[in-house]
Amino acid sequence: MSGQNEHKTMTLKLIVWRQNGKNGPGRFETYTAREITEHHSFLEMLDVVNEDLIKEGKEPIIFDHDCREGICGVCSQVINGVPHGGQERTTVCQLHMRKFKDGDTIYIEPWRARAFPILKDLMVDRSALDTIIQAGGYTSAHTGGAPDANAIPIPKPDAEYSMDAAECIGCGACVAACPNGAAMLFTGAKVAQLAVLPQGKVEAKERARAMIKAMQECGFGNCTNHYECQAACPKGIHVKFIARLNREYIRALIG
Amino acid sequence: MEILTNTVGRKVLMAVTGLFMLFFVIVHLLGNSTIFVGPSALNTYAEKLHSLGPLVWAFRAFMLAMLGVHVLFGVLLTLENWAANPGKYAVNRKLKANFSSETMIWTGALLFAFLVYHLLQFTLRVTPDIIPEAVAKRPGDVYAMVVGSFRHTAISLIYVGAMVVLFLHLKHGIQSFFQSLGWSNDRTLPRFETIGNVLSALFLLGYSAIPILILVGFLTR
Amino acid sequence: MNLNGKCPTGPIEKTWDKHRFDMKLVNPANKRKYKILVVGTGLAGASAAASLAELGYNVEAFCYQDSPRRAHSIAAQGGINASKNYPNDGDSIYRLFYDTVKGGDFRAREADVWRLAQVSSHIIDQCVAQGVPFARDYAGYLDNRSFGGAQVSRTFYARGQTGQQLLLGAYSALSRQIKAGMVKMFPRTEMLDLVLVDGEAKGITVRDLISGEIRCHVGDAVLLCTGGYVNVFYLSTMAMGASVTAIWKAYKKGAFFANPCYTQIHPTCIPQSGDYQSKLTLMSESLRNDGRCWVPKNRGDNRSPNDIPEEDRDYYLERKYPSFGNLAPRDIASRAAKEQCDDGRGVGPGGRGVYLDFRDSIARLGEETIRERYGNLFEMYERITDENGYKVPMRIYPAPHYAMGGLWVDYNLMSNIPGLFVLGEANFSVHGANRLGASALMQGLADGYFVIPYTVAHYLAQTKPGKAKEDHAECRKSIEDVKGSMKKLLSINGRRTVTELMRELGTLMWNNVGMARSKEGLTEVIMKIPGIREEFWQNLRVTGNGAQINQQLENAGRTADFLEFAELLCRDALHRNESCGGHFRVEYQYEDGEAKRDDKNYCYSAAWEFKGVDSEPELHKEPLEFKEVHLAVRSYK
Repeated sequence: MSGQNEHKTMTLKLIVWRQNGKNGPGRFETYTAREITEHHSFLEMLDVVNEDLIKEGKEPIIFDHDCREGICGVCSQVINGVPHGGQERTTVCQLHMRKFKDGDTIYIEPWRARAFPILKDLMVDRSALDTIIQAGGYTSAHTGGAPDANAIPIPKPDAEYSMDAAECIGCGACVAACPNGAAMLFTGAKVAQLAVLPQGKVEAKERARAMIKAMQECGFGNCTNHYECQAACPKGIHVKFIARLNREYIRALIG
Repeated sequence: MEILTNTVGRKVLMAVTGLFMLFFVIVHLLGNSTIFVGPSALNTYAEKLHSLGPLVWAFRAFMLAMLGVHVLFGVLLTLENWAANPGKYAVNRKLKANFSSETMIWTGALLFAFLVYHLLQFTLRVTPDIIPEAVAKRPGDVYAMVVGSFRHTAISLIYVGAMVVLFLHLKHGIQSFFQSLGWSNDRTLPRFETIGNVLSALFLLGYSAIPILILVGFLTR
Repeated sequence: MNLNGKCPTGPIEKTWDKHRFDMKLVNPANKRKYKILVVGTGLAGASAAASLAELGYNVEAFCYQDSPRRAHSIAAQGGINASKNYPNDGDSIYRLFYDTVKGGDFRAREADVWRLAQVSSHIIDQCVAQGVPFARDYAGYLDNRSFGGAQVSRTFYARGQTGQQLLLGAYSALSRQIKAGMVKMFPRTEMLDLVLVDGEAKGITVRDLISGEIRCHVGDAVLLCTGGYVNVFYLSTMAMGASVTAIWKAYKKGAFFANPCYTQIHPTCIPQSGDYQSKLTLMSESLRNDGRCWVPKNRGDNRSPNDIPEEDRDYYLERKYPSFGNLAPRDIASRAAKEQCDDGRGVGPGGRGVYLDFRDSIARLGEETIRERYGNLFEMYERITDENGYKVPMRIYPAPHYAMGGLWVDYNLMSNIPGLFVLGEANFSVHGANRLGASALMQGLADGYFVIPYTVAHYLAQTKPGKAKEDHAECRKSIEDVKGSMKKLLSINGRRTVTELMRELGTLMWNNVGMARSKEGLTEVIMKIPGIREEFWQNLRVTGNGAQINQQLENAGRTADFLEFAELLCRDALHRNESCGGHFRVEYQYEDGEAKRDDKNYCYSAAWEFKGVDSEPELHKEPLEFKEVHLAVRSYK
């Protein structure tokens, strides 16, 4: 543990989806990642491959990444069939190569869903998630004029429930994992976060209806309760929030 | 009608129509179980049902409507879902989804086919050739008809196979009902899953017992 | 030339209220005639764009991320300060003001800091109204924790994700305005130039990161909310895309850059594990509440930490700062860790790390209690290092984290270029030479929600709407300039990658301009940077073309700016012959190694004016006056 650079290195075979632009035909290409240590993060492993590609005059693999600490939600790769690679509560950027063995073959693909068109290689367009939030994922509180923050006490369990839902990082793994390409976990988490708070209750009915409508218009599929979304979610968002969304909608429908 | 076009509204319709059909499955199993009491019990039960006249027809119409809605939206939702998820991954690995949840449309289709077959055979009785002629001529003797049919290994196997399909459909369907209506949470969801598993297993055992017991010779005339 | 921040005068408690009254207003019916360009959608940008749109202005907002929700404000963990005094422990606007001025080592304007402290409590009200799920106690009221060495509990938090929750609150307000048609949002769009018309900021030139299109957007005012620049050290806690580019382009168009040498190094980060590393991960400094920092007493002690007996351990913070111990402020703790490692007693790969040991707390409180308090941090540590912090001491090392310096702005947050406003981390205003914990979120939201809506109106009321059109000669020229530099980057066709060159610059900067600076080191770096710059422009290799997604091209542009900016940072550090806050010059310290400030000669903000890439910038001074908080030596002994 105090030793330096004594880690064994790995060589891995990568089978990566390459697609030049939205409409370009895609194909799998095979690459070799060399000199990878267990301390490389998955994205740093890809950095190594990309540096080699650039030096060979080839175009590097395009993938979304930014904070690299598991919170911005931009990284989005399906690794061996599972969004974010299948380590519990871990985004791609926090996945480390010690989870792989020397000689492994790794398939890397973009999120696949009709609502997430591929932009290039592993990069997809997730603006549909923004569209859902724009439809009603807010309280209509105007800047200024808010009452004192302690004016309305909120029971601790409600605040905790709200926070559980609010942890969503909007990465879209739920959609990518869903056999139906549905965005119910994403939408449910936002609806539930606000519905349980007194500040959000006021518009709860309108919000549930509007956000579901937007979700459908964006081309997401329907939920058939596989719960694959929860299993793939890097923040462990629970499917109870989908139940909550259903409940809020039924409430809105009844009037 | 918003409920017809809204994705959650449709889920609610699937859940509610499914629930009525589930009730039917329960009642039907209870009715069928009279076969274990003896020929007269089953036949009396059948007669009672038939004597209700218009009520029977109202009930049949209602169930048909439930089935129609369930099938219609089941097919619609599935087609939409296929369109929403056009690309499959090169590696197919699922963390939570299972055979039962992923095959709802197919188990549904098989159940529908089975239902048609079942009605043709036992309600409309248009397949008389497989039942001894003497039995076919006695419309009131349901017991004889059932036992006569299940003596055929092929027919029994079809029925047992159909019950396995029903098991798969309800194993996912029953817990799904609670989730779709928004009744589940982190505490109750595992319980609903258990209820679904137990109920669907009970149906499999209960329904399959009749053809199997007939086939192995426990229930005879 | 002496700069004037145009701060209101009179009793400090009345300054903001008086100033708000004195400023001009824009008639409600006229607001829709004005268009405001907001660059960056973090806490400052999103809150400003939403608030201005609510007022009726037309807003266009830009971010390089694929969604405004992903700005790096999202990564802030600890909390947000506000002078609510809910715990009844003696907090007040005045105390928050006082702590911030002192914490900044007396290098910020009093009036700006006062305003921040005054509006801080409105921020909490606003966020709660938006549905931000702050932590609460069993009575349902908001919970507070103490943070960053403050003596009162004034920090509001949402688990370990306060920044995320506040940003999502601002993002939701922004989303509402996008839906209402008041904000036009341009994600995956990077600002690459500022357009001036008759000396006023009237537009920006951007590159669409998907199509590669270069185009100009014009408006009546430009707001830069583009964050900090510590990625100049290559490895930092910043997002990979964070850059100096937006403010650097503004600087090159005449905006003054103030105090670039004030950079914050955060003490509790996970150490670097190899050369391939792309970023450093921060762990909340709350860990120091129960963890003890130590290194082996003897150099080259290769024993496993648990085998090193008590007498061979040096608990250096407790030894050096007996009264604050492991809770010494960020700059002090970071420097102390570096000292130990420089002395050859560091641990882990390359000897760049110190132990953060929970053994004694676990023995005292039990592992369960420690797990309750810091479970998520231990998990994160294990995910990255594969080590169990409950069993072996964690290894930590300081990492660049925040930039106190930024574009110079006056009290109205307007730079010296009329119409160019700078908000949040991108400006230099309130943190002086050192930022206190949980103050960055407070500043971003204060600027966006409660300052800019007033001050931008004051400017707009004095200008005619729609002065510039997209086809203005300045716009066309700017587009040509940007296209030219893209073309240049793509045509070098050398042998080095962008990452290699950025790493080279970063290593040079970190070793000489990181936690401790010397005249020799700075002079050497200033000599060396032009060489790297030349190598960059002669030997860079960017594959692909500019008419599509090209992440190398984006990075190359940002790196080109860092290569120029780094020199300015060094020059500022070299000129400031004192040690204060995050700026530590080894020549200026007391015998015990504490920072030696020079109020006689350096009690000013240094604002630099661009004079050409290869020419020395011109220094302008804004003298700082301290009427409320008296200049004193910061001591944590």
